[in-house]
Amino acid sequence: MKGYVEVLSPGLYSSIQDSGRIGYRKYGVPPSGTMDKKSAKLANHLVNNSPEAAVMEITLHGPKLLFSVSTQICITGADISPRLNDESISSNKIINIAADDTLSFGLLHFGARCYLAVKGGFQTEKIMGSHSYFSPVSAHSTIRKGDRLPIKAYQSIEKYYSTVRLDNLLFTSSKIRCSLGPEFDVLNDQDKKSIFKSSFTITKDNNRMGYRLEGTPLTYPTDYNMLTSSVLPGTVQLTPSGQLIVLMQDCQTTGGYPRILQLKQAGINILAQKKSSNIITFESD
Amino acid sequence: MNHFTLNYKPLGAYALLIEWPNKIDPSILDEIISLQASIESELGDVITETVNAYNSLTIIFKEEAISIMVLKERVSQIHSLGITQKQTKKKTWKIPVCYDEGFGIDLKEIANEKKCSVKDIIDMHTGPRYLVYFTGFLPGFLYLGGLPTTLVIPRKSSPRLQIIKGAVAIGGQQTGIYPAESPGGWNIIGNSPLEFFNPAQDPPCFSKAGDYLKFYAIDSMAHQKIKEEVEAGKFEIESESE
Repeated sequence: MKGYVEVLSPGLYSSIQDSGRIGYRKYGVPPSGTMDKKSAKLANHLVNNSPEAAVMEITLHGPKLLFSVSTQICITGADISPRLNDESISSNKIINIAADDTLSFGLLHFGARCYLAVKGGFQTEKIMGSHSYFSPVSAHSTIRKGDRLPIKAYQSIEKYYSTVRLDNLLFTSSKIRCSLGPEFDVLNDQDKKSIFKSSFTITKDNNRMGYRLEGTPLTYPTDYNMLTSSVLPGTVQLTPSGQLIVLMQDCQTTGGYPRILQLKQAGINILAQKKSSNIITFESD
Repeated sequence: MNHFTLNYKPLGAYALLIEWPNKIDPSILDEIISLQASIESELGDVITETVNAYNSLTIIFKEEAISIMVLKERVSQIHSLGITQKQTKKKTWKIPVCYDEGFGIDLKEIANEKKCSVKDIIDMHTGPRYLVYFTGFLPGFLYLGGLPTTLVIPRKSSPRLQIIKGAVAIGGQQTGIYPAESPGGWNIIGNSPLEFFNPAQDPPCFSKAGDYLKFYAIDSMAHQKIKEEVEAGKFEIESESE
């Protein structure tokens, strides 16, 4: 049986995301997909979905959602005080949902992005091989009030004894693992060391496209002329002001600033759980 | 073919960046496109996708299927054996542009700056064929080469927050078409009624790297008519194959 999740209020920035859009970079289409892949994978895993299934990515302030059918859900990632019909519920655990149940969120306790997996995955439209929202590929970038997001119906289950051991480093660590980028050598000798010793603050310009950082400015090379080339999620660019931008899942496919560092997936996951004014450091291996 | 020396660099754990000499050059693009086709046909099972730019090709590969060292070796073998892959046919696409004042909001200022007439600017812009190097910045935004040096003009000192879909613009040594509404710092000289990115179509863009665009001037009536035909899915873009 088919049902839907109705959006009663959309929250700050909630969107449907899956493992990403593959094969369309040559048309300038970013990969999109979940920002914190570790949490998204865990949510899918707990409701027995494939790792590629579409989940809802919820940022800082959660939506209010009404379920039309019974199913099971799991919430992972940031703790935004999830509530089912006004009763607190736990994250990282299977939750039975009955028809007409309402899921809402409250205060943000830690992290920045939480993931809602429904059993079977959200059945929203697949465009160019992916369910991931990204305008202008999809009509909208976020869910909107009144949207009815299709899901499958499942009987409730009796008891579920699985427990997960969580690695809190995802939320407590501020060390972002990375490797050196192709243009690391444009940095002067002093900056090559200081980039791994300095702290960088996340500015308010942070979203699914990228995070602008602020720190002691690095020296931008004089008379440097780089031709526009590929960039990926996790690419760290040095801008002419000496500040860094970390590109994220909805980033452009090409860029013209030197690529100083490239984040590891574990580093991208940690950064995806940070918000404005949080402080990070880079760690190379 | 393949007379360029290539430079290989990792771009993180799952991408290999291949670089040609640091210049914008049609013969470099030719070699990139050929190598890209060979790699996609010979290594299709271990790679996810490839992305080209002016002087680079990035191969995104399956970490579990091949190591970056082995991939680099395979690519360098393919390159050294000479590229046998047949070049796909290059097309020249005829792109209608309305250069009327209502669309070409910076035309007068550019004409003043260049000490010529608006018509001269339009003639200069519709003169050459422009080579499509790659698509980036926005879905369907083409990086074009071949702007006449007489049309080189600095970008606007403060970017506009909203440039309308289809705007045809020049900035620095480049010309381009905004495939969707976007902020931007280039000088707007006209508007094309065509769709440069359509997610409902596969492929979503009609042109690809290695093709050419040729602009031709239309009036606002024709612009409106073509726009309606495009929306109805009835407009066929004129093209010539080499």
